[in-house]
Amino acid sequence: MSATRNPLHPGRDAVRDKGWLAAHRYLILRRVSQLGILLLFMTGPWFGLWIAKGNLASSLTLDILPLTDPYLFVQSLAAGFMPASAALIGAAIVIAFYALFGGRLYCAWVCPVNVVTDAAAWLRRRLGLKSGRAPDGNTRYWVLAGSLLLAAFTGTLMWEVVNPVSILQRSLIFGLSGSLAVVLAIFAYDLLVASRGWCGHLCPMGAFYGLLGQKSLVRITADQRGKCDDCMDCFAVCPEPQVIRPALKKAGQDSPLILDADCTNCGRCIDVCNKHVFHFTHRFDQRSDS
Amino acid sequence: MSPASLARRKFLNGIAAAAGGGALLSLVPLLAARPAGANPAQALRPPGALNEPDFLAACVRCGLCVRDCPYDTLVLAPVGGEVTGGTPYFKARSIPCEMCEDIPCVKACPTGALNPKLTDIHDARMGLAVLSDHETCLNYLGLRCDVCYRVCPVIDKAITLESIHNPRSDRHALLLPTVHSDHCTGCGKCEAACVLPEAAIKVMPVALAKGALPDHYRKGWEEKARHGSSLIGDQVEMPVRGLEDKAYGDVRVDRDAPPPAGINSGWKP
Repeated sequence: MSATRNPLHPGRDAVRDKGWLAAHRYLILRRVSQLGILLLFMTGPWFGLWIAKGNLASSLTLDILPLTDPYLFVQSLAAGFMPASAALIGAAIVIAFYALFGGRLYCAWVCPVNVVTDAAAWLRRRLGLKSGRAPDGNTRYWVLAGSLLLAAFTGTLMWEVVNPVSILQRSLIFGLSGSLAVVLAIFAYDLLVASRGWCGHLCPMGAFYGLLGQKSLVRITADQRGKCDDCMDCFAVCPEPQVIRPALKKAGQDSPLILDADCTNCGRCIDVCNKHVFHFTHRFDQRSDS
Repeated sequence: MSPASLARRKFLNGIAAAAGGGALLSLVPLLAARPAGANPAQALRPPGALNEPDFLAACVRCGLCVRDCPYDTLVLAPVGGEVTGGTPYFKARSIPCEMCEDIPCVKACPTGALNPKLTDIHDARMGLAVLSDHETCLNYLGLRCDVCYRVCPVIDKAITLESIHNPRSDRHALLLPTVHSDHCTGCGKCEAACVLPEAAIKVMPVALAKGALPDHYRKGWEEKARHGSSLIGDQVEMPVRGLEDKAYGDVRVDRDAPPPAGINSGWKP
């Protein structure tokens, strides 16, 4: 079967060959994960059954497991405040988890803004929009550095006043108003101005988690890259398309592993490939068919 | 493309990225721009909250204190509201702090933005109650409302009723609710309970409510008590003509008459 290049409908071949469910496996799992994590916080206020308390900034699960967002922790440090031990332990646990399993796992499997930007990317693709221009992908690191400098100069968590990730997850969990404007702004930006603009180019939180997981174990491999028929579907759906080429096309590396820290481990490339080129594996698995 | 032009392109892209990032960040203070400490005076922080600048560096806006507040007193501020988005506060007139003995909100705080050193809720200083309107307070009008005094969890210490003469009727007392900053925790029970449509007693930030004496002021009666006797020696007692046989300071002309009670209105039965 030759590749049918259809940039408006990537994954059509995969749906035909693997079935709809298999062609959306990781997408569904991710949505279940993102929604499920929010629901863990909601069973308490809704049914009085407390599983996780607090929100993604800092939480206490089953009255025993403290978790604290390390990016917020670092902002507090930059603002000149040393958080107490509960936050320190919580941040250490989160750092260890993402350093091990992939930093930007947070972006693809936890962050609720991902649903917004995925929706914008889907619509932009469907409408065939090419408008606007994305900023350089490194802008996020400048925003990250700037957010910490801002905290240092003002002595407060200034970025948290506008951080869309914090605002959205907090508003959802605590039923607060005020997040709609933020969601619409990001959706409009990603739809009309920059493809994958927010998560892939600007978000300092994603940049931070990316740095955390640079040496993480869980990786996606293009171990069956010999079967690639250049249909470009994986590039069309990938939120960070630049990470695929080195592994798939041996550009600058021999390893079939996607080793770029920008990869969010979302698994969408696995979903849409009808040639079964990609698989989840660990970073020491160098097996490859070519 | 030559390596040199590629390097130049990379460099220029880097500059553009930095400029873009800077532009994005410069929006933040604009959006966040509010006068320093611009929380409304009626928005009170939970017990043990660090002073506002430190609090805004320490609070990660997780809402654990809100979740553990058994009376739903604490709420998280929505974005774009009058209080810094995501931070906990309460309004005394809506739901005041019930001053839990075990202070669950402080225990819940993972960062120490609510100071864990606060172990006795009576040491909390969420604000200071102020009887801000003498014109409508029923006790100031001469009635016996006393509600703020009665509901005060630190009754007779944080709020006392000070009895003074009521010059309007000339034969009643005014029992004035008086707040003592040594004991008031700023829980807001008085403000919540005030029977008026708009509370005459309100909890305000301590800095807003509290006056300060100049450093060099001394209260004579305190100095005298500490010293055991007057620091300036006994006062010279000058004789008063016609009152030579009376105790010093007794100015009554008719020894058998009752002492005068304030302003004499001339009322007769």
